[in-house]
Amino acid sequence: MKSIGEHLSFHASALQLRSRRNDILASNIANAATPKFKARDLDYEKQIRQVEGSGPLKATDSKHFKIAVKNPHQTLFYRQPINPSLDGNTVELSVEQLEFSENSVRYQTSLEFLNKRIAGLMSAIKGE
Amino acid sequence: MADIKNVFDISGRAMAAQLVRLNTIASNLANAGNLASTPDEAYRSLKPVFETKYADEVRKNGVATAQAVDIVESNRLPEKLYMPDHPSAGKDGFVYSAAVNIEEEYVEMMEASRQYQNNVEVITTLRTLMMRTISMGK
Repeated sequence: MKSIGEHLSFHASALQLRSRRNDILASNIANAATPKFKARDLDYEKQIRQVEGSGPLKATDSKHFKIAVKNPHQTLFYRQPINPSLDGNTVELSVEQLEFSENSVRYQTSLEFLNKRIAGLMSAIKGE
Repeated sequence: MADIKNVFDISGRAMAAQLVRLNTIASNLANAGNLASTPDEAYRSLKPVFETKYADEVRKNGVATAQAVDIVESNRLPEKLYMPDHPSAGKDGFVYSAAVNIEEEYVEMMEASRQYQNNVEVITTLRTLMMRTISMGK
């Protein structure tokens, strides 16, 4: 059971992080017109490296992610605006839309990886 | 107010706030050009006040939505026009036109509708992702 969990856990953590980031980006877009609102974001790379490293896999390259089992706990940073606005709002719709679309594509990628892994396990179980 | 739990709360409430904004713009445009006998009677444009509503008090998780907490009258003064023939003109022959700047309202209308659309887009995208996540492993 444990090994199946570990088999899926990295992409599960990735999915969790992506989903959290989607919520934060949605909050930024929701507050595009609120004066003094400061846009925030999640550093995915940093976060995923925090959750990795406790599984059985060893990485042969610094660019490889090791498998993850721990729950991620996120800290947020404030977005630096390219063009500051008069009302103190730091949401730039073009930036937020771009990040949001990228994040949702990456969410789908993680989901696809999970699906493939589950399909692999299923075919192993069925012995087909 | 209920808790802010997911994207439907975040974007849904922001859409409600943008709708309040669009409603005030509609009122302002409907009343643009109205004439009144005194400055007090003249229409003044209405502006919603937006505020961020955080999901948690400590603002740690970054989830927040927008809410129109108030609607205020702008401090723009009505324009004083000399129209002695106008039925609502006072003894001195002046009428006061509604303090609405049509160009400003148009720009704001475009901005509000764009931001409304953005929120719709966010909900549509995340709903699709949720549906795909539900059918994971099938």
